[in-house]
Amino acid sequence: MSNSKSVSIDKICIGEAAPGCRKVDPILIADGVRRQFGGLTAVDVEHVEIPRGLITALIGPNGAGKTTFFNLLTGFDKPNQGNWSFEGQKLAGMSPYKVARLGMIRTFQLTKALSLLTVIENMRLGAQKQPGESFLTSLIRPLWIRREKEITEVADSLLKRFKLDAKREDYAASLSGGQRKLLEMARALMSEPKLIMLDEPMAGVNPALTQSLLDHIKDLKSNGTTVLFVEHDMHMVRHISDWVIVMAEGKVVAEGPPSKVMKDQAVIDAYLGAHHDTDLGTMSKPVTTRSKKGDTK
Amino acid sequence: MDILNIITLALGEMLSPTTITFVLCALGLAVHFGFTGLLNFGQAAFAAVGAYGMVISIDTLKLPLFLAVLMGLLCSIIFALILGIPTLRLRADYLAIVTIATAEVFRYFMTTIGFSKVTGGSNGLSQFGGEFWALNPIPEGNYNFGFVTYRADQLYVLMVGWGAVIIGALILRLLMRSPWGRVLKGIREDEDAVRSLGKNVFFYKLQALMIGGVFASIGGMIFVLNLSNVQPQVWTTNFTFTIWSILLLGGAATILGPIAGGMIFIALISLTQGLMSGLVELGLLPFLTQPDIAQIRLLLIGLSLMLLVIFRPQGLFGNKRETQFNV
Repeated sequence: MSNSKSVSIDKICIGEAAPGCRKVDPILIADGVRRQFGGLTAVDVEHVEIPRGLITALIGPNGAGKTTFFNLLTGFDKPNQGNWSFEGQKLAGMSPYKVARLGMIRTFQLTKALSLLTVIENMRLGAQKQPGESFLTSLIRPLWIRREKEITEVADSLLKRFKLDAKREDYAASLSGGQRKLLEMARALMSEPKLIMLDEPMAGVNPALTQSLLDHIKDLKSNGTTVLFVEHDMHMVRHISDWVIVMAEGKVVAEGPPSKVMKDQAVIDAYLGAHHDTDLGTMSKPVTTRSKKGDTK
Repeated sequence: MDILNIITLALGEMLSPTTITFVLCALGLAVHFGFTGLLNFGQAAFAAVGAYGMVISIDTLKLPLFLAVLMGLLCSIIFALILGIPTLRLRADYLAIVTIATAEVFRYFMTTIGFSKVTGGSNGLSQFGGEFWALNPIPEGNYNFGFVTYRADQLYVLMVGWGAVIIGALILRLLMRSPWGRVLKGIREDEDAVRSLGKNVFFYKLQALMIGGVFASIGGMIFVLNLSNVQPQVWTTNFTFTIWSILLLGGAATILGPIAGGMIFIALISLTQGLMSGLVELGLLPFLTQPDIAQIRLLLIGLSLMLLVIFRPQGLFGNKRETQFNV
């Protein structure tokens, strides 16, 4: 059940896995990013690199600055200082829409489905390079209808993959919370991003959907997309991520492959708690495998 | 009380130049509010800016009518930029505050004596209609259409006005069914989500403000051309709220809504006026006098609008499905 195709450490980072360690092939590099709200320092990241082509989890207790860090990286919030670059392109001070156009697409913790647009229209909106989105060309249908057909095809195949194809013509407002999470993720994929940043993709999703979401995220990796996600569900972190970055009080306090980070005493103390590995009996699916292990004791 | 006369009067009002003006302004407001979610409470100012822009171009700059109309449109685009650039980056409520204040500022500015040489001050301007009326291709005489009769000049204004409405509505239909319109609707629902998908939200909102403003300006121009005078006291907040009423009556996120809503609203005003005036005349409403009617009738219309917004929030022509999810 553990991550069978796990990548060995030396293929991800150079030297020891430690907070701020260099990566073999980073897609995103942040340096000295600091954000203060009045007297409170929400984010103070000295150096962090996100490895390309892998699934990286960003974990940490509530208020650790994970979402703020997401907002800073994607331009939705401005830091007091700091630099960061995506594939060598400096992003500091860039507007969110330009960041997105570079291929760095995010989702939100509180899902932002566009309620009074149909599911398919939500999807189409995610696509890039639609000439009909500029004012003058939009008036002349032949100029954009071909691209629209291409977009619709991609959208339909994604909807099928996310099992939303039955909801195609429904308003996004009529979807359940979990379905909206799926829609938001599918919509983010419309532009074929190089890096997708998911803010708590599992929050509020029922266990039955969790497994399919996990599979989708693994699919992304096999298609060459880099994934960075914030999550509190340790089970998910353990089973799909190749790399884990732990934040606490705005700083990166630990980094490494999940198996190692979960055993780090500092992480356990700060976040997981002493009994994080004990079966409480109310967890989602893989609990069964663990309780079996318990039986053999 | 002549019921037939009251009804034909109301029916005639449905097509009147006043209706055309309000319909065009409401179509513009539909772009702002219905499709993009911009709270513009200064639509009267957009109409006034277009009207004054055209009139001053004719009166002071001595431009031909065609260029003057373009000047009026340009003025309203610049006006949209002035309002939009500082406020559209902020939350929606700021645009509402700024537009309602600017509309009043503009109206008072036009009455200022210091600039009355150009603006006409509180008397307004009236010597500008020559070229417009000279272009009338319809031969002199009266034209009968069953229950109404129009003079050639009246027919001319109606043709120009409704022509503008039809062309405008067709353009809006094209726009709102295109990917461009889809981005606007996305912004209405959640602008951060649209931003995260790589769309320049600020620029789209600015475009929407300009296009809606242009519609209002054309409405304003037709209003002043029909009367052959422009006066500052027309463009009050009342003017704006009438436009809002029409939009909500017809359905905010529709194109047919503002058109039909405008016709119904104006006809209702005329009808209630006629009926109540008749009833007072017959002594059936002993507690009312003729001068009360104007007030009472607006009160009744206000009440019916409240009921409409509560029980049919999508308006007469809106999509019922949309209102099943009131979040």
